[in-house]
Amino acid sequence: MSDVEKTLPAQRDLLRVGVDPEEKERCGTFLQDNDRVVACGVRQDGVDLLSTREALERFPEARGYLWRALKEDLELDEFQNGYFIRAREGVKPLFPVQSCLYMSREGMRQHVHNIVVVEEGAELHVITGCTSSVRKGTHVGVSEFYIKKGGKLHFTMIHAWGDEVETLPRTGAIVEEGGVFISDYICMHPGKRIKMYPTAYLVGPGATARFHSVLVAVPGALMDVGSRVYLQAPDTRAEVISRAVSMGGAIIARGHLIGEQPHVRAHLECRGLLLKEGGLIHAVPELEGRSIDLEMTHEAAVGKIAQEKVEYLMARGLTEDEATAAIVRGFLNVDIIGLPDVLREELDKIIQQSDQESL
Amino acid sequence: MLKVEGLKVEVGGKEVLHGINLHLPKGKVHALMGPNGSGKTTLIMTIMGFGRYKVTQGRIYYKGRDITDLPVYERARMGIGLAFQRPPIVRGIKTRQLVEMCAGDGEVDVEAIARELNFTEFLDRDVNLGFSGGEMKRSELVQLMAQNPELVLLDEPESGVDLESISLLGRAINRLLGRDLEPEEGKSMKELMAQRKKSALIITHTGHILQYVNADLGHVLLDGYIVCSGNPKEILRTVEKYGYEECAKCLT
Repeated sequence: MSDVEKTLPAQRDLLRVGVDPEEKERCGTFLQDNDRVVACGVRQDGVDLLSTREALERFPEARGYLWRALKEDLELDEFQNGYFIRAREGVKPLFPVQSCLYMSREGMRQHVHNIVVVEEGAELHVITGCTSSVRKGTHVGVSEFYIKKGGKLHFTMIHAWGDEVETLPRTGAIVEEGGVFISDYICMHPGKRIKMYPTAYLVGPGATARFHSVLVAVPGALMDVGSRVYLQAPDTRAEVISRAVSMGGAIIARGHLIGEQPHVRAHLECRGLLLKEGGLIHAVPELEGRSIDLEMTHEAAVGKIAQEKVEYLMARGLTEDEATAAIVRGFLNVDIIGLPDVLREELDKIIQQSDQESL
Repeated sequence: MLKVEGLKVEVGGKEVLHGINLHLPKGKVHALMGPNGSGKTTLIMTIMGFGRYKVTQGRIYYKGRDITDLPVYERARMGIGLAFQRPPIVRGIKTRQLVEMCAGDGEVDVEAIARELNFTEFLDRDVNLGFSGGEMKRSELVQLMAQNPELVLLDEPESGVDLESISLLGRAINRLLGRDLEPEEGKSMKELMAQRKKSALIITHTGHILQYVNADLGHVLLDGYIVCSGNPKEILRTVEKYGYEECAKCLT
C-alpha cells in the first residue's frame, strides 16, 4: 500500500478529481488534508516537490517566487502551506506530478499558496484535484506559475466540492520566451460558489498560453470563471476556450485578452448549453488590442441542444437520453481534454440525474 | 415491408400530406419524385418518426407492425435507416464514434466501410463539421452501412454531388441494398434477384441516382398527394420534357 492509500480513506473522492491513489503513471504526489501535509514524495530526478513552507526554508531563491506572478494581497491571512513544485533545467518527466488539496473539517477555511516553477527547457504536467468530504467550507488557493525560456507547463485542475463550499482561487502565470502554459480546468461539482480569474503574462517573444475550461453548474451553484492573458511580447499566442453547461445553476464565463505588441495572435471562445430551466449562462468575452499589427478574435454562443441533433442520433438507434449524453459529452469535448474515465462516468451520472428530475 | 395508409401529416400546424397510401414490398426500391415543397422529405421524416411531423390521420406499418407512435430510436433498431439530406453538425463527436454507434451491439469494420466510400480521412473529424455536400452524403452512407438497415430511406442522395461521385454513391447504395449481384453457381440471376431482402425509398430530384440504382416503381408527389405511380424512368422523361405541370393534370 502506498503512502497515499494509507493516509486518506476516501479513495473515491481522490479518483473523481484525477488523483490516482496507486500512483500509477505519476512521478510524485502531494496531499494536503485541511492544513496538514499528509503525503509528499517524488520519484523523479530533477523535480522538487515540497510543501511551500518547507521550500521557503530550504531554498533561499524560493522567496523570490512569492507574490511575483500575482499582486500581493495584504488583506489575506497567513497561508497554511500548499505545494512547491519545480522542474529543473531541461528535465522532462514522463509522468505528471499529482496533488490533492482536501478539506475534511466541516466549515473550515483552507488557505494554500502554491508555486510551480518550470526552468529553462523543462516540461512538466501537474494534476491538481481539489475536493472536500464536507458540505461547508472555504477554499482559498493562491497559485503562482513561472515558466522559463522554452519551458512547458501543463496544469490540469479538477474541482469537486461539497454543496456549500465556496472557492476563491487566485492564479498568476509568467511565461518567458518560447514558453508554453496550458491550463485545463474541469469542474462539475462547483459547490455553492467559485470565483476565479487566472491571469497569464506572456513576457517573452513566442510565448503561448492556452486555457481550456469545462464547467457544469447544478442548481444552487454560481460559477464565475474567466481566464485572462496579457500578450506583452511580439509573436505571443493565446487561446481561451470555455464550455459551460447549466443544469440549472449559474455560470459567468469570462475571458479577457490584452494584445500589447505586434504580431500577436489570440482567440477567445465561449460556448454555453442551457439544459434546465432556471439556469444562467452569461458569456463575457473581452478583446483589447493595443498594437496595430495583431489579430484577435472571439466567438460566443449560448443556447440549448438542438432537437435536430438529438433526433439525428436517435435515427442511428440511440435513445433520447443516450443521444443527449453523447451530445453534451461531445460539447464538453471531454475526450480531447483527457478526462479520466471516472470523470466521464461522473458527467453521465449528472446528465442522468438531471433527466430523472425533469420527469 | 412498409405500408403507409391514409397518412395525413402536419408540420408547424399546417397540413403537408393529405392522405398518402404507399406499399413498398420486401426487396423493392421505390423512387419518390416531385417538385420542392411537395412533401417528399416530410413523408420519409414521418416514416422515421421525427417529432416535428405530426400524424393527424392514418397509420404506418413496418413488417406488419404499427409503428406510427413508436419513438425514432425504436424504428431505427427495428431496421429502418435514413440518410439525411442536410444532416446537422455535432461538435465533439468524431465521425468514427458515430459510425460505431450506428452498429449498435454488432461488430463493424469501420475502416473497410470508409475505404469503400473514400471516406477514411474524415473519420477523425467532428460529425459533418466543415463537410462539403458530397462529403455529407458519403458520411451518411458510411453510417447506414454500419447500421445495416432493412428499410433504407434516402433523401436526395445525389444533391450537391458531382457526377463522378454519384457513381461512387450509386455503387455504395447498391451494396447497401444487396443489389450488387454477381453470377452464382447453380442459381439464375432471376433467382438471385428474388432473394433480395432490403427495400428502399429514394427521394430524387434530378433522377441521376436512378442511372446507378434501379428503381422498381416511381411515385410523383404533388402538393401532398401521390398523383401518379409508374415506371420511374418514364415519369422522369415526361417531367424533363413537360415539367411537373403535366402531373398536375392527374391531380383530380
